[in-house]
Amino acid sequence: MSTPPTAAAADAGTPGPTTSTSPPVVALAGLSVAYRQGGQLRPAVEGVDLAVTPGETVAVVGESGSGKTTTASAILGLLPAGGVVTAGRIEIAGTEVTGAPERVWRALRGTVVGLVPQDPMVGLNPTMRIGPQVAEAVRRRGVDRRLAPVQALEALERAGVDEAALRARQYPHELSGGLRQRVLIAIAIAGRPRLIVADEPTSALDVTVQRRILDHLAGLVADSGTALLIITHDLGIAADRADRVIVMRRGRVVEQGAPADILLRPREAYTRHLLDVAPALSHAGRVVPARAEAPPAPEVLRLDGIGKDFRLPRGGAERTLRALDDVSLTVRAGQTLGLVGESGSGKTTALRIAMGLEQPTRGRVLLDGTDITGAGWSTLRPLRRRFQLVHQNPYSSLDPRFSVARSIAEPLVSYRIGDRASRAARVRELLDQVALPAAYATRRPTELSGGQRQRVAIARALALAPELVFLDEPVSALDVSVQDQILALLLRLQNDLGIGYLFISHDLAVVAQLAHSVAVLRGGNVTVLVGGYTDTTGPARVNQALSLSRAQAVAGYLLRQGVPAARVRAAGFGSAEPAGDNRTARGRAANRRIEITLAPPA
Amino acid sequence: MTRYLAGRFAQALLVLWAAYTVVFVILHVLPSDPITLQLSAGGADISQLTPAALHDLKDRYGLNNPVLVQYVHSLWHALHGDFGMSLTQNVTVGSLIADKLPSTLELTAVALPLMLGGGVGLAYLAVFVRWRPARTVLARLPAVGVSLPQFFVGLLLIQVFSFSLTWLPATGSDGWRSLVLPAVTMSLIGAAMLAQLLTRGFDDTWREPYIVTAQAKGLSRRTVQRRHVLRNACLPALTLLGIMLGYTVTNSIVVEAVFSRNGLGQLTQQAVLGQDVPVVQAIVLITAAGFVLVNLLVDLLYSLLDPRVASAAGAG
Repeated sequence: MSTPPTAAAADAGTPGPTTSTSPPVVALAGLSVAYRQGGQLRPAVEGVDLAVTPGETVAVVGESGSGKTTTASAILGLLPAGGVVTAGRIEIAGTEVTGAPERVWRALRGTVVGLVPQDPMVGLNPTMRIGPQVAEAVRRRGVDRRLAPVQALEALERAGVDEAALRARQYPHELSGGLRQRVLIAIAIAGRPRLIVADEPTSALDVTVQRRILDHLAGLVADSGTALLIITHDLGIAADRADRVIVMRRGRVVEQGAPADILLRPREAYTRHLLDVAPALSHAGRVVPARAEAPPAPEVLRLDGIGKDFRLPRGGAERTLRALDDVSLTVRAGQTLGLVGESGSGKTTALRIAMGLEQPTRGRVLLDGTDITGAGWSTLRPLRRRFQLVHQNPYSSLDPRFSVARSIAEPLVSYRIGDRASRAARVRELLDQVALPAAYATRRPTELSGGQRQRVAIARALALAPELVFLDEPVSALDVSVQDQILALLLRLQNDLGIGYLFISHDLAVVAQLAHSVAVLRGGNVTVLVGGYTDTTGPARVNQALSLSRAQAVAGYLLRQGVPAARVRAAGFGSAEPAGDNRTARGRAANRRIEITLAPPA
Repeated sequence: MTRYLAGRFAQALLVLWAAYTVVFVILHVLPSDPITLQLSAGGADISQLTPAALHDLKDRYGLNNPVLVQYVHSLWHALHGDFGMSLTQNVTVGSLIADKLPSTLELTAVALPLMLGGGVGLAYLAVFVRWRPARTVLARLPAVGVSLPQFFVGLLLIQVFSFSLTWLPATGSDGWRSLVLPAVTMSLIGAAMLAQLLTRGFDDTWREPYIVTAQAKGLSRRTVQRRHVLRNACLPALTLLGIMLGYTVTNSIVVEAVFSRNGLGQLTQQAVLGQDVPVVQAIVLITAAGFVLVNLLVDLLYSLLDPRVASAAGAG
């Protein structure tokens, strides 16, 4: 798949003697990695050439299965069990380390190559305080045992951890995801490595935290002259941060070049596809609900002035946390209400209250006009047939021992609907509705991809023919291109079956594709409501309510690089008016628009 | 934390009381009464007694009182460590147990380190041995250990070490030499189960993402195992250890029978066969107390080892 270098690529800043004269920190030459599987070698990375020079930031972009994480692991000599380098060479700081013994690798890890791992929620030892975990990395530099804690605090502070002395005494579970990611960054910089490999450093975090962390990481790297290798699936992040972007697909490098070239003149169809689906680019500064022209419809669910206080434990003084202040929302039959907010905004609490899993402190919940506030289990049980839930994580929401058919039929069994034959028929019908082959009925979740699992979860939610489905971040755990497919499926199901959706997400762009109206939660209050009948504030305020400005950053980057404003606009990053239809991929691509208020380059 | 402790302690007392009560009820509904048992133990029959003599006897043991009064009475005495007289031997239950308990405790005290050493050692070997065939053997070994019945292992050991090699005595309870075989027999199943659980725990923990973080720091395999793996992997094993210790008395029944040792296990066997109600009651209570105490300790260790448990406990 790798294309021969062209003249255009050469002058666009591909690696070469012109970019830097110092030897690379890491150089991969024709690297191939394969995984042993049942006696066979399944290639994961094939013939990858890559070099990172000191102080350079390089981004490797690709979807899952592209081999980007395997490449990162190979650079650290930490390939998962069964992974073997089958061809090519790995050179770190001028030393060949291909197939080197563990002892050689260990000397390089931490002090020459540092790692910021993927998921901050599981990347720290849960039974060890933060301080010692950072100090371990500090000690690798030969720092005395007694001085290590002090230097660990320093590393935490440099990584932007507030109250470092307090955090050092805490355990990981007491810290938020963003803070844990900063701790992981502190661990990576504590050994003062010459290269930091950041493997999807922010994909588990919400938008604003993501941005702050990336800014911080970029700043640290710039200050210390460390090289940075960012592994990401988001071409927007890559283009925004890197000096050079490498696009990978199925284990091979498809295209590489300066970010401006990749964004403005992608040569490969795959790169264009990544551009289309990149979360940072697919939505603009403004978001308009795709289907604001909703016809009037009866209410299915109504939250009326909901408030919720939680009592905080520990300490004698009675303290409460106000999770929800005064939230009123309406979901109408056959329509979608998008509920957007960052983590901690009260989304989950609102959802739990709407489903009757949690009692509100104030306000009422009306389901089809029936007040279910304070209703007991026996009252709710028959009502539960009419509203169903699709979870965020399809990897944990399906019982691994259940076949697909058994998972889908479970609600029917639970409500004693039909007999064996009619249930099997219903399962076939549901599989067909979610576009899965009938043969999948006998498979187990481990044999399915993330997207397929989410289809099974959706089929299960539809089994009882509910009027309302709660979608709790239904695509957040999926690849971007799979996200699109699932969203299209949800849209089609709504049109066919007339189900109402309460769609919860931290990603306004995703919500806007599906929603008739959008509510933005911030600090336990609905700050903006757009679309439907409550369109009193207009989309501009959504823009203010959420900082969704990564696309702006990309445009800003292009401008800083000297790309004329007119060309930025022409490339689809600058038109002020919504142009395309949000329901089609082409239309969404056209809507990758932002308002540029930066001064034109001199 | 203090509230958590107090709650746990109250729970422990509740379990003890429940155990005592259940045993009292069960023994009370059994189709035979202490007088008959005691008489038959002395070779006599209840029909030989005159009704007046019978009444006198019952009066002496408080058996004419209502059940509730009997229950409160015996509970009150039990609280003061007085479990009454044995029905089959003419001594107090307290002195019987004081006589037998040390021997069983001694056995447990030797078996416990053997169990820990064997289990942990085997699990560590399974982690660090890199040669594939040896790894496979080490991984299978615990399953073999678990599936061998104790009495069989005991007889096998006696056959080899006492009869063939004549290194160690086969029976008796004098000196450390007589302790070796019973202790090994008693520790074997526990060691095997512990090894199985720990090996599994080590394997799983080595696959955790935070181990990659630790390795990326440049820590050696040994340091990662010691500082990051062990503590996270040992929690389930700790629970198992608690349960195994709780089964001490049950275990000692078989082991003491095989090696003809004079201990609590043997006393239990005799008491149950002879329907010696007060003795059985006391042994059940001692077993329950041991169980509760050990598990209380395990719970405390848990909250020390895993900060998430402690904070959940603080919140609840």
